[in-house]
Amino acid sequence: MDWTYLLIVTVKVIVVVVGLLGGFAYMTLVERKVIGRFQLRIGPNQAGPYALLQPIADAIKAVFKEEIIVTHANKVVYMLAPAISVGFALAAFAVIPFGPDIHLFGRTIPLQIADVNIGLLYILAMGGLGTYGLILGGWSSGSNFSLLGAFRTTAQIISYELPMGIFVASVVLGAGTLRLSGFVEAARPWYMWIWLWLSFPFYFTVMLAETNRSPFDLPETENELISGFQTEYGGIKFALFFMAEYINMITASAVMTTVFFGGWRGPFVAQWPLLGVVYFTIKTFILLLLFLWVRASFPRLRYDQLMSFAWKLMLPVSLIYLAITACLVVLV
Amino acid sequence: MELVLFIVFGLLALIGAFGVLISQKPVHSALFLLLNFVMLGFLYLVLGAQFLAASQLIVYAGAIVVLFLFVIMLIGSDTVGDFVAKGRTLSRYLSIILGVLFLAGVGYAVGARAFPPAAGAPDFGTTEAAGKVLFTQFLVPFELVSILLLVAMIGAIVLAHGVWPAPSRRPRE
Repeated sequence: MDWTYLLIVTVKVIVVVVGLLGGFAYMTLVERKVIGRFQLRIGPNQAGPYALLQPIADAIKAVFKEEIIVTHANKVVYMLAPAISVGFALAAFAVIPFGPDIHLFGRTIPLQIADVNIGLLYILAMGGLGTYGLILGGWSSGSNFSLLGAFRTTAQIISYELPMGIFVASVVLGAGTLRLSGFVEAARPWYMWIWLWLSFPFYFTVMLAETNRSPFDLPETENELISGFQTEYGGIKFALFFMAEYINMITASAVMTTVFFGGWRGPFVAQWPLLGVVYFTIKTFILLLLFLWVRASFPRLRYDQLMSFAWKLMLPVSLIYLAITACLVVLV
Repeated sequence: MELVLFIVFGLLALIGAFGVLISQKPVHSALFLLLNFVMLGFLYLVLGAQFLAASQLIVYAGAIVVLFLFVIMLIGSDTVGDFVAKGRTLSRYLSIILGVLFLAGVGYAVGARAFPPAAGAPDFGTTEAAGKVLFTQFLVPFELVSILLLVAMIGAIVLAHGVWPAPSRRPRE
């Protein structure tokens, strides 16, 4: 193990974490602005030009709020839950390639923290572990609303993990690799691209449910559960849950960019490698806007609709898609 | 480097395992079980078995412990606490005997070096290698295990469903 390698990895980790946190902060602003425009409002416009200082003001407010720990709470688990959420959300980004290899000082530096053999499986694993933050947060708060939110999270995530896993298996079949860098480089004939994109609406819907975004935000329904699993959280601990949700959203968009839309690929990347990072960011941002568009357009599902949607529509569709993909890969 | 990681993860896994037994609250037991599963996954990773590590994290840590927690929360931790506290003397002695037998078996296997050293081929532990072995050399056991799981699933559904209702009136959806 040589030290420059370790240094490079450390720098990359810091860049990614700072990028994700900055992305989270400004995503909240973008969301409020965009949703505001959708609803014919202006949205935040006070803090600085174009409300650019709003996220900073929010962060300062969250940090300096009085720290309240509910007496019914199970203290250790209550404090641990937001940390689990954020930790696994950040960890999931490690395998995503956000640019091509760049050459600096005679070294080749891949713009990806770890190009592991199990790429997509790793993301599935981190997503599964991140769920514990929500479940434990809901349980440890000692409130009925939170507990109901935790139940809903559990049932929802477990139900939607099935079609998600099967869709992931199908795209892996198509690309022939689990490495995320392999997805970017995968060369497909045009009909396989079209076949791949056919599954994108389904996969995107499943990701909406997995990231607890509207219209599948049943774990935190404001009108019946107050705020679900995070009812009893305030200040910075609430902000951490919030952060985890947005980072999960960014990671989900980045994964979809990589798997469905060629990641950092685009014109002129061969000449200027850093342009790849720009393409990657733009593609991810467009997918993030799609999340917001859906939130502004659809009302929330009822709980039984959520469940029957997963088991009666998504699961059969994903199985059929997997079967046809397998036939295509073998026969064509 | 690998030895240090092995000791750290191994110790944490042991702490998790003892925590499952010692802690009073069922939810805490489930959390220690989670720690144990995650650390086992990391140990697989240290050994170079990437695919096994990912499956361990997804299946055991990501799904099974979630179901445990779900059931514990659903029943309410108080009732489970009573159930655990009573215990049975017979099962206690039986578990001690089984534990000693298991330890003896593991000790013998390690002492006699019954396992070949890990990491033979360069693609050892990758998804491709694991898949190839599962679908060629061990195809029959693999398929048998999946049928066994299917049977268990159907059995659970039949048991949970109880008496099948007459098909005359369907419940309103």
